[in-house]
Amino acid sequence: MVKYLARRIFYLILTMFLIASVTFFLMKLMPGTPLNNQAKLTASQIHTIYQQYGLDKPLWQQYVTYIVNAVQGNFGTSFQFSNQAVSYLIGSRIGPSAIIGAQGMILGVILGICTGSLSAIRKNTWVDGTANIISILGLSIPSFVFAILLQYYFGLKLQLFPVAGWGGFASTILPTIALAASPFATTSRFVRTEMVDVMGSDYIELARAKGLSRFGIVFHHALRNSLIPLVTVIGPLAVGIMTGSMVVENIFSIPGIGEQFVKSILVNDYPTIMGVTLLYSGLLCLVLLITDIVYGIIDPRIRLSGKGE
Amino acid sequence: MDEKIKLPEDAFQPVGKDDKLDDEKIAAPSRTFLQDAWHRLKENKAAFISMWILIIIALFAFTSPITAPNPNSANPDYANLPPKIPGVNINGFNGTSIQGGQRVDQYKANNVPESKHFILGTDYLGRSLGQRILHGTMISLLIGLFATLIDLLIGVGYGIISAWKGGVVDLVMQRIIEIMQSIPNIVIMVLLLLVIKGGILPIILAIAINEWTTMARLTRAQTLQLKSQEYVLAAQTLGESSGKIAMKHLLPNLSSVIIIQTMFTIPAAIFFEAFLSYIGIGIQAPIASLGTLINDGQRNFQFLPFQMWYPAIVLAIIMIAFNILADGLRDAFDPRTSRH
Amino acid sequence: MDAEKNILEVQDLTINFHTYAGTVQAIRNVNFHLKKGETLAIVGESGSGKTVTTKTIMGLLANNAEVAKGTVKFHGKDILEMSEKELQAIRGRDIAEIFQDPMTSLDPTMRIGRQIAEPLMVHKGFSKSKAEKQALEMLKLVGITNAEERVNDYPHQFSGGMRQRIVIAIALVCYPEILIADEPTTALDVTIQAQILDLMKELQEKISTSIIFITHDLGVVASMADRVAVMYAGKIVEYGTVDEIFYNPQHPYTWGLLNSMPTLDTAKGQLEPIPGTPPDLLEPPVGDAFAARNPYAMKIDEEQEPPFFKVSDTHYAATWLLHPDAPAVEPPAEVVRRQKIYQERLSAGTINQGHIHSKGNTAFAGADDDDAIGE
Ligand SMILES: Nc1ncnc2c1ncn2[C@@H]1O[C@H](COP(=O)(O)OP(=O)(O)OP(=O)(O)O)[C@@H](O)[C@H]1O
Ligand SMILES: [Mg+2]
Repeated sequence: MVKYLARRIFYLILTMFLIASVTFFLMKLMPGTPLNNQAKLTASQIHTIYQQYGLDKPLWQQYVTYIVNAVQGNFGTSFQFSNQAVSYLIGSRIGPSAIIGAQGMILGVILGICTGSLSAIRKNTWVDGTANIISILGLSIPSFVFAILLQYYFGLKLQLFPVAGWGGFASTILPTIALAASPFATTSRFVRTEMVDVMGSDYIELARAKGLSRFGIVFHHALRNSLIPLVTVIGPLAVGIMTGSMVVENIFSIPGIGEQFVKSILVNDYPTIMGVTLLYSGLLCLVLLITDIVYGIIDPRIRLSGKGE
Repeated sequence: MDEKIKLPEDAFQPVGKDDKLDDEKIAAPSRTFLQDAWHRLKENKAAFISMWILIIIALFAFTSPITAPNPNSANPDYANLPPKIPGVNINGFNGTSIQGGQRVDQYKANNVPESKHFILGTDYLGRSLGQRILHGTMISLLIGLFATLIDLLIGVGYGIISAWKGGVVDLVMQRIIEIMQSIPNIVIMVLLLLVIKGGILPIILAIAINEWTTMARLTRAQTLQLKSQEYVLAAQTLGESSGKIAMKHLLPNLSSVIIIQTMFTIPAAIFFEAFLSYIGIGIQAPIASLGTLINDGQRNFQFLPFQMWYPAIVLAIIMIAFNILADGLRDAFDPRTSRH
Repeated sequence: MDAEKNILEVQDLTINFHTYAGTVQAIRNVNFHLKKGETLAIVGESGSGKTVTTKTIMGLLANNAEVAKGTVKFHGKDILEMSEKELQAIRGRDIAEIFQDPMTSLDPTMRIGRQIAEPLMVHKGFSKSKAEKQALEMLKLVGITNAEERVNDYPHQFSGGMRQRIVIAIALVCYPEILIADEPTTALDVTIQAQILDLMKELQEKISTSIIFITHDLGVVASMADRVAVMYAGKIVEYGTVDEIFYNPQHPYTWGLLNSMPTLDTAKGQLEPIPGTPPDLLEPPVGDAFAARNPYAMKIDEEQEPPFFKVSDTHYAATWLLHPDAPAVEPPAEVVRRQKIYQERLSAGTINQGHIHSKGNTAFAGADDDDAIGE
């Protein structure tokens, strides 16, 4: 198990290094410079700015500096906000993103589990049909459309929640719902498929033959067996949340990473783009690692074979 | 039980072999696997309807260069006109909208000639929304289809090679996929689009490049399974070349996996196109795609909701239809019903 | 103990499945009964409706099943009329079941001790610790070595044979009156099969349960059953005591089965499988369903369904060959050989006719003709 973990962590570091390198060289290929946004500068001004960003040094030197700094959590200075460190920029914005991201994930997954299992237990009834329609809608309606509709109808028209902005739990509700749609749909469909499979298995038939009630069968046997594999989709769900947050934060004017990322993309703020890229990738790697470990812990079959390694 | 039964005289004549009942008659005409799947798909009403909806949408979209030739012709005089269908007098389709608390005929107010009408209204530059949606749908579908095609070529090729070569090659190729999959795909797309800016081709590439890994994994798993099957082994020992074996034995067997995955990839690609266009790094003006149309429309959503509703509805219908069709195909190919 | 009392009586059972292709007439007018302490074997080819019959008794029919006719009386009360609650109270407590495949019938994520304890907690209201203590006893009883340590293991840590022992422990933990064993050894290899069968017999005596033993392998039946019912295409075509079925079979289908069963004599390679396939139950043929595969088929077989003809008080067969007007036919050589043994033993008085042998298979105890039964 320890060996396995060590190997996984090694791969994680390798992956991050590769991503950092690729990002760096991609950015170097790109046409924009910090000067794009400040026209008409004198030659000496340009020189000062180049020095400030270390752009006057040879490429390999810039690369080494970049990697060394990145390891220390220093991603350079933002082009857009010329005196703000990228790490500071990210740090100041990570809070709101983390809050609505986590809330959206939890809400989506829990609702998804409920609908998915209900739909499997009541397979081929109207409950199943309705759940199916809802999850197909959740899968098909892009988050930005859903967010705009939520904002307009629940924020503007019914005035139930703040239309936009950041401050207090109330302001997180609509963005959370908007973000939850995609993990909800994915979870619901996944759990349904798993559960239908499990409900048709021999051990559920045996549980029935034991005289267990419907409730007992679902809670003691079906749920655990169909939820264990759910761990494997947490990674993709996290990606969905990151993607969603880029537009949802924008629509609801939430000062988070996603909103900043889109802004940085539009103004070619490369240091920030690189910083967020690394952040997102690192986060995903971490989620994948953790879900892998968790999977090993909760599934007895893997737990034991893990010991042998 | 022993009641007397009246029986005809010849009742106990033995029956010759020839006139015996033939129970081994084949009850249903035998069908190939694909025909069977097609049959099951047809029985799935939702999937079948979805398929037709997609065909109809595609027909409308791809004939739009003829039927709607001017998606980009702007006319400031006609800006932000509500939908008007001649002869229909239902609010929302009669060219009126509420302005300052009163319903105003916008066509009259803007001196639009009597003969001129826009079925789905116009946008802020006075371009026909109907024509733009047709055009945008075409662009979105094209991007979705081409991205999926590339994704298919890369993914299937990669998967087959990885499984077929095995050993170190497989290991390295799988590691590469693992690394690819631990980068959020949106990040890959954004980075790529920053390097190769604008235009339809870069978007297609960007989308294809992050979608192929799933296809590669599925193909690899399936190939590994097939590889150990006897007829493939036999072909191998008979000295058929790897390429030939792949074409003759693997691809047909992979077809169901590929078809199903393709159906899931197309809507994903359409979604990403819309997403990228929406955040402003996708399709560039004046070309329309469903994503840019929604982005344009949402600015005025409060006052001219139709400008976002229409493209959004078209996008949603396409996505829903593809997803239902994909579900249906999965069930049709795997009657035991779907695992992934 | 009233040994002759029927604890289970199945009458005119007719079950249809509604499918896209049409109505599958899986069970057609099935009658049988089960006495206390006896083992009834139901034998038949794949698809003959054995499993559907057991599922009916458990009240676990699939959703698309329709009971068109009939009753299944357990102690005089019709199971088919019971509510889900009443059924739950019976399942696992009074009627328990062992499934065919031990590899898949245990919950992979639950400790086996808990799985064995579950019926006790449900039916007897035992606390978790008390139930698990009894589960441990049960585990020892079914012959799991090191039971104390192994109660907390998960199914994947056991071999197939051990898992089937665990499944048996689960089925018997509440000392059910009826144990249904649906091909309990098909998935196991031969040596393990024998062990499991021995275990079942041993436990049957210990806790005096009746067994309905489902199999398509006549060989297994000889050592297990008191009575045998032969099923074909959703009907019972012949039933009688194990001796009657093995040594004095009347239905051509039973002949076919015996002929296709390896014995020490036939092991040299003259096995004769029954040619052809069972009929499509979507449209069962008129007359005798077996007619198409029956080398002795007569015209009447294709026109009219044969009623049961009485052979002895305990032995009935549904074939026109038993009609008084029917011509005499020569059964296959193997069957003729068996019938000869039957006659000998009948005169020697070692044939079991009608009553249950209480201890194992006394009838075969000193027999040098054991080989005829095969393995
Ligand atoms: N849920 C169902 N829907 C439709 N048909 C069914 C269903 N369950 C069973 N059948 C049909 O009923 C018939 C009897 O099946 P059953 O499983 O009882 O056979 P069996 O004798 O147990 O065979 P085996 O030896 O293979 O277990 C078969 O033709 C089968 O196709
Ligand atoms: Mg069966």
